[in-house]
Amino acid sequence: MTQTHRLMTQTHGGAEGAVPDTGIGSPWGQSNRREFLVLAAKGAAALGMASTMTGCVIAAAGTKKLDFRDDFGILNFAYALECLESRFYTKVCEAPPRDLRPGELQVLQDIRDHEIAHRRFLKRSLQILRVEVPMSVWPGIDFTSRTSVLNTAKTFEDLGVAGYNGAGTRIRLAEFLTIAGKIVSVEARHAAALRDLLNPNSRDFAGDDVIDEMGMDRALEPGEVLAQAQKYFAEPYRAVGL
Amino acid sequence: MHTTDTFEPKRLLAADPAIASRLSARKAEIDAGASISARTRAGLAMGGAVLATAALAGDVFAQGGLPSMVVDILNFALTLEHLEAEFYVTGVGTSGLIPPDMRAPFDQIRKHEVAHVAFLRSVLGSAAITKPTFDFTGGGGAGTGPFADVFRNAQTFAAVAQAFEDTGVRAYKGQAANLMGHNDVLRAALRIHSVEARHASQVRRMRGQKGWITGSQSGGLPDGAQGTYKGESNRFQFILGQADSNKQAMTEAFDETLSKDQVLAIVAPFIAGGR
Repeated sequence: MTQTHRLMTQTHGGAEGAVPDTGIGSPWGQSNRREFLVLAAKGAAALGMASTMTGCVIAAAGTKKLDFRDDFGILNFAYALECLESRFYTKVCEAPPRDLRPGELQVLQDIRDHEIAHRRFLKRSLQILRVEVPMSVWPGIDFTSRTSVLNTAKTFEDLGVAGYNGAGTRIRLAEFLTIAGKIVSVEARHAAALRDLLNPNSRDFAGDDVIDEMGMDRALEPGEVLAQAQKYFAEPYRAVGL
Repeated sequence: MHTTDTFEPKRLLAADPAIASRLSARKAEIDAGASISARTRAGLAMGGAVLATAALAGDVFAQGGLPSMVVDILNFALTLEHLEAEFYVTGVGTSGLIPPDMRAPFDQIRKHEVAHVAFLRSVLGSAAITKPTFDFTGGGGAGTGPFADVFRNAQTFAAVAQAFEDTGVRAYKGQAANLMGHNDVLRAALRIHSVEARHASQVRRMRGQKGWITGSQSGGLPDGAQGTYKGESNRFQFILGQADSNKQAMTEAFDETLSKDQVLAIVAPFIAGGR
């Protein structure tokens, strides 16, 4: 059985229970079985293509290499960021800073759950193409301090938004671009909420430090985002194809 | 060759491209109904050259011309941005409407929406649609829609703002894939998309809601606004994304798309004419 065949089988199996929802934004929503199979085949074809192009990633999983020449490098990059975020919020919520204000823990718990959902989604989607994510380290973060925790969270969310925005034009499969869009707007909602907790009722939720004169958010190239995120990973990533 | 006045602004803009967008944004704000002094109004005739140059700068963006599908999408976005810009310019400019703790956020949103109008107009150039006329009560021009007190009641104003922002996020998201291959336009659309999401989060939180959308819950908006949230309860994402065991988180963690037709149906009651 080839990898592509196995993936297709898994894809199909994975979605069997996924058909009943009527969500209009979902490829499953209005699709019948045939349309679904077309989508699945497209995904599997892309996976097959990627497995040829980035065979080294598969053969040497755990080398911490991100190959940005195809969509799966970008998805792995997104997966790394979502792992970082979900680990951070999980740690925060396990022992929250004592000086959190009313309602703030709920916001952090919600965000934790969203990041876990993103991480799980990407992990399932990547399957054997998944690049193992190094352990996380937390330089300079004081988990007992509300200010330190909220500012770190803000940094992660803003970075995530800029990262997804900057990677968008590299994505080749339309469905992946749409998925990235579904995730990035939630990261932006997080960023705004955290910024408002830090400076309530101000302009900071979409402050001039991140939004430019044209009313546009930041977009950072994957290499820049990786450089900024690297210090939170115990082992270096190697980026190729940038 | 003697430099004419017409070329002076161009030099200025070359030195600081941000000036172009600022001027263009101010022009859009005035078009959207911002009050200006008689002196400013008189000065606008002189400003014409600057703004024309700003539009020229935008044309660089569209070098080689944009395909009609991209023009249609940008005009669709411009329709929504016109709607939002005029809404916030009017609201922020209505004395006694917005309470002190909401003033800075709403003014920041106004600034962004006006800038988005200016940006889209500069990219589209002569292909840009003219601004429609709006009925922010949602009455289709009758002025007696479900949001009749939209500019007299801050809660109503915020409710309409939430509907516009949450719809805007879904509208941009729905068109992203159609802009693939037009990287400058796609990148700009993505960068606007996340700003709309920041707005949505802030407006929702000012209304006492979570910044994110749970299921298809509208957060206390009238039934007529439910179209904005239709399908947000989706828990199944492309390829291998299955329902997460945490169902609420799965709906909140992924914002959903809306098609152009769905969005136009949602905003139709707010458009009085000109579209």
